[in-house]
Amino acid sequence: MSRTPLDTVEHATATPDVELPWAELGLKKDEYERVVEILGRRPTGAELAMYSVMWSEHCSYKSSKVHLRQFGEKAPRSDALLVGIGENAGVVDVGQGYAVTFKVESHNHPSYVEPYQGAATGVGGIVRDIIAMGARPVAVVDPLRFGAADHPDTKRVLPGVVAGIGGYGNCLGLPNIGGEVVFDACYQGNPLVNAGAIGVMRHEDIHLAKASGAGNKVILYGARTGGDGIGGASILASETFDDAKPSKRPAVQVGDPFQEKLLIECTLEAFQEKLVVGIQDLGAAGLSCATSELASNGSGGMRVTLDDVPLRDSTLSPEEILMSESQERMCAVVEPEKVDRFLEICDKWDVIATVIGEVTDGDRLEIFWHGGKIVDVDPRTVAHDGPVYERPYARPSWQDALQADDANKLPRPQSSGELKDQVLKLVASPNQASKKWITSQYDHFVQGNTVLAQPEDSGMIRIDEETGLGVAIATDGNGRYAKLDPYHGAQLALAEAYRNVATTGAKPLAVSDCLNFGSPEDPAVMWQFAEAVRGLADACLQLGTPVTGGNVSLYNQTGEAAIHPTPVVAVLGVIDDVARRTPVAFQEEGQLLYLLGDTREEFGGSAWSQVVHDHLGGLPPKVDLERERLLAEILISASRDGMIDSAHDLSDGGLIQAVVESALLGGKGARLIVPDGLDAFTLLFSESAGRAVVAVPRSEELRFNDMCGARGLPATRIGVVDGDTVELQGEFTLPLEELRKAHEETIPALLA
Amino acid sequence: MARVVVDVMLKPEILDPQGQAVQRALPRLGFEGISDVRQGKRFELEVDGPVDEAALARIHDLAESFLANTVIENFTVRVEEVAEAVK
Amino acid sequence: MTARIGVVTFPGSLDDRDTQRAIRLAGAEPVALWHKDKDLHQVDAVVLPGGFSYGDYLRAGAISRFSPVMETVIEQAKAGLPVLGICNGFQVLTEAHLLPGGMLGNDHLHFICRDQKLRVENTSSAWTVDYSAGQEIHIPLKNMDGRYVADEYTLDKLEAEGRVAFRYVDFNPNGSLRDIAGITNEAGNVVGLMPHPEHAVEPLVGTGRTDGLPFFTSILKKLVNA
Repeated sequence: MSRTPLDTVEHATATPDVELPWAELGLKKDEYERVVEILGRRPTGAELAMYSVMWSEHCSYKSSKVHLRQFGEKAPRSDALLVGIGENAGVVDVGQGYAVTFKVESHNHPSYVEPYQGAATGVGGIVRDIIAMGARPVAVVDPLRFGAADHPDTKRVLPGVVAGIGGYGNCLGLPNIGGEVVFDACYQGNPLVNAGAIGVMRHEDIHLAKASGAGNKVILYGARTGGDGIGGASILASETFDDAKPSKRPAVQVGDPFQEKLLIECTLEAFQEKLVVGIQDLGAAGLSCATSELASNGSGGMRVTLDDVPLRDSTLSPEEILMSESQERMCAVVEPEKVDRFLEICDKWDVIATVIGEVTDGDRLEIFWHGGKIVDVDPRTVAHDGPVYERPYARPSWQDALQADDANKLPRPQSSGELKDQVLKLVASPNQASKKWITSQYDHFVQGNTVLAQPEDSGMIRIDEETGLGVAIATDGNGRYAKLDPYHGAQLALAEAYRNVATTGAKPLAVSDCLNFGSPEDPAVMWQFAEAVRGLADACLQLGTPVTGGNVSLYNQTGEAAIHPTPVVAVLGVIDDVARRTPVAFQEEGQLLYLLGDTREEFGGSAWSQVVHDHLGGLPPKVDLERERLLAEILISASRDGMIDSAHDLSDGGLIQAVVESALLGGKGARLIVPDGLDAFTLLFSESAGRAVVAVPRSEELRFNDMCGARGLPATRIGVVDGDTVELQGEFTLPLEELRKAHEETIPALLA
Repeated sequence: MARVVVDVMLKPEILDPQGQAVQRALPRLGFEGISDVRQGKRFELEVDGPVDEAALARIHDLAESFLANTVIENFTVRVEEVAEAVK
Repeated sequence: MTARIGVVTFPGSLDDRDTQRAIRLAGAEPVALWHKDKDLHQVDAVVLPGGFSYGDYLRAGAISRFSPVMETVIEQAKAGLPVLGICNGFQVLTEAHLLPGGMLGNDHLHFICRDQKLRVENTSSAWTVDYSAGQEIHIPLKNMDGRYVADEYTLDKLEAEGRVAFRYVDFNPNGSLRDIAGITNEAGNVVGLMPHPEHAVEPLVGTGRTDGLPFFTSILKKLVNA
């Protein structure tokens, strides 16, 4: 094979005028010049590969960083926070010596290109983040957003995404306990595939991504490295090296959940024997990211011999090896005397493990190939000192007109018959319909600790069999609200997830977020982003729930059309005894239905306005975080003291959606009355925040009312659990079977 | 080096929903006149040394005991002529 | 002294620890068995748990069936050792020819997870004596390759000999022939089924039912009375 000389550091120094394809790798001219300035010479091809991928928007957060700082600056004081932003995932103290780590990430674009593998590897990546903290993964959740439910491409994307999530997560043995599925034409070319995971460990088992202790070995273990997801590096390869080799590398990464399952078990066994000093998973930017992050977070430098990386494809160039995004790989730092035992455990699980380098006492990351030094950098300049942009932002010109287009002025139903028809239409609409066809493709039961799973308000997992200690998680986000008002829309997403956790009886503790937006180069989108972050940070401060980590996904747009700003918020909560959880389903006939909170005429961004009028305009519901906090406290107390037997938060679709869901899940109907001061339409469809509907046993009514009265939470009796119909007195009666048909047949009819 | 190919197919009487799904998609894609589709598995075994009768017999055993489940699947074994080493 | 029941962990087993918990809740002692170890450590019975051993690559259960531990399990099962195969374990048992027939992908081509209604049709096997004949129970089901198939002769034979242990009721979730959810061998010591009884042993988790517990109390009764 004919080759130009290896582009070593020495070679780069001697050939300063060689032109490198920095633009093709996505670097801007000033960014490339900065690399040259940092190094004091032109980068080698391998260095350029590393900087370009680590300084990408995806890895460096260069557009979002200046705003994300607020999550730190405005963080509420919280005793529960053990590890905050900046690590693979945040860690929260949940008591009894347990710590819980959780995070939500996006895998949007890959899932549009190849739905099955894109979604599958999204699950794989988030789970490795959890393992890398030292925790055993115990559950996953998947907030998903697709284009219009009846669009032909949705039928391509959604079944693939769902099969991919199931195919990967089910094979790992992780119960899927929550998430959402939302349809909106704005996501047509940009589906949002967010994936969240929770892990549990003892406090003393927390692990961090850092390489300390000169002489410690760097071990790469898991799958062999192949040419996955390295479209960019191939440009370098083809220009620098042999032109004849196969340079077209697949941009799609293919997941192997079986390999990942082995990786989980073998990593946890190594943790248990205290063999690991530092650990990092290989995700975006592969070895470039893992080595530079481990080295820059540790006390010394690192030396790596790239020839020792086990390859699936022997034709890979060193640049490609550094950029490869092959899945199911991890990198551990292990003391020399523990290396043998570490390798033994890997062998037990049939996992390939190789020492590829060691920690040095210098402060450089040095990488060698065929005896030549091809990388010699300060790892911090790669991992942490990437460019930071103050992108211009401006409130879009159309925002005022959008908010002025008041949904409260839309025509309302004029008769009982019309009201009833709209109820049926609402519960059958794709966004409000049952998602059972989707969630039944996920394993909810594996691990034997699932207390609640979707369609409950939050997923709940028991983490201690003796004491009943458990954790709950809910994810929410309403792009329609955020489009109308990104500041309050983001707060409403937090409020809803917070409320969902409390509705099941758990105390909200901490937040992770996945911020899905359009192009940061559009000042209107950047304004939406800045407003959403500001809103979320302010609300987290007020509710006392710190953001522990998360993910930003930008460039979710097709041409000029960006998606609705879609901040997805995950709230983690703790419950002392899962036996006290509150389910959504009605439990017993005769129990009294109480509506908690204030109901106002708020229809901006509502499901009703979308389903009945295909309308988006006005203002989203008013945010009252103090009310949210009070409601949560009441729901938790009532759950703990056995005053309520079922509860459901009110959000999109309003009261009627909540009552129909509780009735169908419990197989018991409800008789409702319109309380004084409200009209039937507003009672049923308003989306005022800070509300829930609860079922109170008659024996607890007095005590429950006393508690709400004493705490100042409005509680209005609106009916009773009864019969096999949902009846609104004087307006309509709908048999459960008719509602069930409407609610459950929509999604299979569209997608099966 | 020689290549031996083992093809594994579900027995004819066993329902093949994947094959049926493919067949159902054909008219939508404008392919007419295909009355049945069945989906199988193909294994390519790169064999060191000559593929003589003894080698084929061993591969036959391997296919019968491992590559195929003869309760539900049939298999065939054949030698594939590998032209020039493909680059 | 209580009974010792082994639970094999293959690479990719998922419900192994859940099965150990179920055995413990039933009052027996769970013993972890490792796929590379031929030694069964004097257990009185063995459960092959659910999961995706070897990723279900090749065919579900096809690679595990050749693991060292299975050599001993096959040998001792033929000599009367009680063996229960759940989901992937059932697939391993058919691949090992300890049970007739085979398992294929669900007819609807999707993974399915649901609370499944079953009818108990055999109450004489080692794992079903604590049920009553014709009893209807709900057991969680979750699988990709759950479609039980066999030739007509085998199916007729299973029916005639009363070896269809469990049948799906109201809804056949995977296209299994004759709604078969689980079967036993001729001697009644080996039972395989697709649904997961180990996920129906506690009122607080899973579906909130305990219809699966009699599997584990059945074997305990059998072993302690033996």
